[in-house]
Amino acid sequence: MSHHKVEVRNLQHVYPDGTVALNDVSFRIHHGESVAIIGANGAGKSTLLLHLNGYLSATSGEVVIGDTLLARENLAEVRRTVGIVFQDPDDQLFMPTVFDDVAFGPLNMGLAATDVETRVIEALGMVEAVELRHKPPYHLSGGEKKRVAIATVLSMLPDILVLDEPTNGLDPHARRQVMALLQAFHHTRIITSHDLDMVLELCERTIVLQDGQVMADGPTLDIFKNEELLHACRLEKPFAMQACPVCSPGRRTVPGRKPLVPPHGDGYHDHEH
Amino acid sequence: MLAIDGTFLDFKQLDLLATQHTALHRLDPRAKVLTTACFVLCVVSFDRYTISAMLPYLLYPAVLIAASGLPFGYILRKILIVIPFALVIGIFNPVFDRQVIMHVGEFAIWGGWVSCASILIRATLTASVAIILVALTGFPVICAALEKLGMPKAFAVQLLFLYRYIFVLTDEGVRTIRACQLRSFGRRGLSLRQFGSLVGHLLLRTWDRAERIHMAMLARGFSGEFHTTGPQGRFGSKELIFMGGWSALFIVLRLYNAPQLLGGLFAGSLS
Repeated sequence: MSHHKVEVRNLQHVYPDGTVALNDVSFRIHHGESVAIIGANGAGKSTLLLHLNGYLSATSGEVVIGDTLLARENLAEVRRTVGIVFQDPDDQLFMPTVFDDVAFGPLNMGLAATDVETRVIEALGMVEAVELRHKPPYHLSGGEKKRVAIATVLSMLPDILVLDEPTNGLDPHARRQVMALLQAFHHTRIITSHDLDMVLELCERTIVLQDGQVMADGPTLDIFKNEELLHACRLEKPFAMQACPVCSPGRRTVPGRKPLVPPHGDGYHDHEH
Repeated sequence: MLAIDGTFLDFKQLDLLATQHTALHRLDPRAKVLTTACFVLCVVSFDRYTISAMLPYLLYPAVLIAASGLPFGYILRKILIVIPFALVIGIFNPVFDRQVIMHVGEFAIWGGWVSCASILIRATLTASVAIILVALTGFPVICAALEKLGMPKAFAVQLLFLYRYIFVLTDEGVRTIRACQLRSFGRRGLSLRQFGSLVGHLLLRTWDRAERIHMAMLARGFSGEFHTTGPQGRFGSKELIFMGGWSALFIVLRLYNAPQLLGGLFAGSLS
């Protein structure tokens, strides 16, 4: 039996005020896949994530984690299997010290104190944050908070990792650190983000949501090559796939504005054509 | 920087002080909590005109500061933050209570002045021991101690969350006030309307955050039971001596007015 796959069938979610956040969403994610869920603000990404561990219950449709159909009776098991890292680490780190925070999940699972300690040290080791264990969370930097937030989930040994905007608000170095971490994991990974360059590097498959519906589902590179689709979904090619601003200055500028970089003779143009 | 900014940054300092390793820091937190409670009870139970009998109580905070090497100036500044609140409570006493209770040379002293001074001394004493307790123990550990002493777990958890999120909330509050100031062009202070709306927004945001935290807790298997792994203190002979010795002293000082007795002794030996 594999715990590592996720299947969503005809999922619909209607909020009490009548907003249809998800409409007939279906997909299937296999063991070890790394999948991005992208879409404009309000496309339904966050709502979808909250369905994956049963925080929200579907208006209609179903979610299957591993071989288990998500239902009220197996919430505990599903929440152990699916580890969600939320967007704002301040929401995720609520205990007095980093250690207590990473221990929160394992303690709730009823593990013995010694096992909990091993788990905590292991999880902190995976995100290179063992030396932070006695610190209170408000003494950490943004990047440290993010890595510790990931550790709080890793300590439960989840099979599936769900990350909401993992690189949001991080400086370039911290962003690279988090990306390197995520790259090294062998879990099934589901990542939502507006950082499409990260998606390009970390996820081989991408699902595009628009107004609560799946607009596209396929290899990341194919999706990012489809400019029409991206435009229709209020998205844009990752910077890494856009043309060099010096060689083709017209491509990345806003219509009616001068190009940022003069076409020739500047000192920043560091590649040959 | 806004004044409130500085005050809360200082709170973090208090936290750092609690991570030191002196003999007083290592004492089981329950002993410190109970001794502090005994101190506070004795001090606040004095008659409202009492001044001299409370002065010996300064010994306790003084000894703790000296023995643990806490920065005296820092503690003093923290106490000064509390004093204005006490002053607000005591300031009208001289207006209402004009009964003359003693004479100093030519001057008649009204009871109101004496009781106002008494309130200030009480505030100084109780604030200093509370701040020292936190600086020697750390807030989360105090919560754990209170829980071990029988306080319902729900209250302990509430206190912990309060302490954790006061930093986040003040950050948000400070940012909002700054945004408001930057657009008010030199007009000082907030109007009542602005203030109301600001507090309302903070409340709503707090509500949202509480929901997200609850979500994060459920995602990690929270089922209503709060487990902690804090250091398991041992209530041994050191704790017993610390608590017993100080508490006995506080009670004796409460029952007998030491300065008066001492004065009497001197007067007696002179006559």
